[in-house]
Amino acid sequence: MSGVDNAAVARLLRVREAEEFLYREAGLLDRREFTAWLDLLADDVRYFMPLRRNVPSLAPGEEWTREGQDIAWFDEGKDVLAMRVTQLHTGVHWAEEPPSRTCHLVSNVLLVDDHGPEWEVHSHFVFYRSRMERETDLLAGRREDRLRVTQNGLRLAHRRILIDHNVLPIKNLTNFF
Amino acid sequence: MDPIDLKARPLVDPQRGLVSREIFVDAQLYAAEQERIFATQWLFVGHVSQVRRPGDFVVSRMGEEPVLLVRDVDGALHVFLNSCRHRGMQVCRYDQGNATEFACPYHGWTFDTKGRLAAVPALREGYFSELELARWGLVEARVAELKGSIWACWDAATPGLDEWLGDARVWIEEFFGVPDAGAGELELIAGVQKWTLPCNWKFGAENFSGDNYHNVSHASVDQLALSPSGKAGRHQYDAIPQKPALQNIAYATTGHSGRGALYPPGFDFLSAYAAVPQLHAYYQRAYAAREAQLGEQARFVPHGGTIFPNMSFSNGRTSIALWHPAGPESCEVWRYYFVPQHAPAAVKDHLRRYVIRYQGPSGLTEEDDMENWNLAHRASRGTIARRHPYHLAMGLGHEMAAGREPWIARGGTVMEGVSEQNQRGYYRRWAELMGAL
Repeated sequence: MSGVDNAAVARLLRVREAEEFLYREAGLLDRREFTAWLDLLADDVRYFMPLRRNVPSLAPGEEWTREGQDIAWFDEGKDVLAMRVTQLHTGVHWAEEPPSRTCHLVSNVLLVDDHGPEWEVHSHFVFYRSRMERETDLLAGRREDRLRVTQNGLRLAHRRILIDHNVLPIKNLTNFF
Repeated sequence: MDPIDLKARPLVDPQRGLVSREIFVDAQLYAAEQERIFATQWLFVGHVSQVRRPGDFVVSRMGEEPVLLVRDVDGALHVFLNSCRHRGMQVCRYDQGNATEFACPYHGWTFDTKGRLAAVPALREGYFSELELARWGLVEARVAELKGSIWACWDAATPGLDEWLGDARVWIEEFFGVPDAGAGELELIAGVQKWTLPCNWKFGAENFSGDNYHNVSHASVDQLALSPSGKAGRHQYDAIPQKPALQNIAYATTGHSGRGALYPPGFDFLSAYAAVPQLHAYYQRAYAAREAQLGEQARFVPHGGTIFPNMSFSNGRTSIALWHPAGPESCEVWRYYFVPQHAPAAVKDHLRRYVIRYQGPSGLTEEDDMENWNLAHRASRGTIARRHPYHLAMGLGHEMAAGREPWIARGGTVMEGVSEQNQRGYYRRWAELMGAL
């Protein structure tokens, strides 16, 4: 059939691939399949969630703390993420014992750049947590990811998690984003 | 009803080591705390590295109230209530920056960096030039600096910071000294963690004052090699093969306290940093310098403590926690992290990464503390629960005026191992200030 734009279709497929990667990840986290989630991360992954400051709108330079230099909520690699997973599996990690129920809603997925070996993918998220009888927590923000194209599919190489909070409204961050 | 009716409800009983649950959950007692404790005591508000240049400012907090820490154009430090004298609007809503003035966004009253009311719109046509500008500057607290730490106090009758700290001052001087006993000072790593903790503000302060008993809280993280020692355990010093005698030091008259570990002579200090060559090399020099300075007393390694009412410090992972009251059932925690100013960049980076993975709401260790304090609070709110005091009697009657070394007590009383001596001192001081002894 004539008239099919092969380049556009190929791009659509890459968009779908990126979306499916993010949705699969969210599903693994919400089903507490943390070891399988770790497998989706590149061995040299960087996982970063900065603090957010109140700054002048006309001079927002210091709105976020800097990766690799400042204090953050998370600024780590796979070694520490793997420790978190091991901790979740001990059965004596009281903050997740009994486990929290989480729902990661991922949306606004944009394939910003798919030219190189790593795609730049942006998304927004709402993270809902229910704990014990009736604790409920809500975090919202967006993510700027780099997804590496490998023979085994996409792998998360870099994640920058930008939450919309100055004073964190919840007691702890025992979950992944 | 008088919130402090001792016949109706004894609140703190230091002789028996009992503390009523009311002091954590009762709204009237909470309101009285704001008046009798947070309006009268010295409170930590920041560090000099946050306000180096004239005009630098950073937001801070004293009790429930927002304050501004400002270095004025002539270089002097000030702490102001962040509230316009006209109608109360916050005069500054940015977390930090550099300014020559603070202009209120409501009606435009404008204050200079010394807190003076400098400009008022419609001064002539509205106020007929009768407003006495000199009387309407920002509300200002007393300020004192100790080794780079900045403290503020609302009450003119409270003794100066040095006298108020008393013998516990040594802990603060030591904390803000660099580990190699050399030149320079600590610097804040940029970014203050702030989060909401659904429990009374005293839970955290009490825990840091001297709770060596709560290892079970950290049973999960202690299975991991979290520290730069490379061995299982959350603390870097867990890897030191020689076991120390833990020291709890309480200052009963002030409510301050400290914790530390006394090691046998010749202990292997450096095994604490064995897995990170840069840290190992840095602490090798640091420990040698420390030994040269302190001699035999270098065997005492401070771990942390609490300065009454709400400032806690951790030496091993150099940080300060402020437990700001935010209602009887809520605490806003602010966490400041420090590194030695002149340490090599790689050392600073490893220390930074260690504190982030250990502490705060995302730290593998303190996540579990937050859960325990939250649910301890929640389970203490009921009518029946409130009838039954907390038990803080561990080691009661076994306090020692002197430790196993003559220099160990540092002006306080000492107990070894696990003990609730420090918490008893903390609540005794609380009761004294509240008029509840």
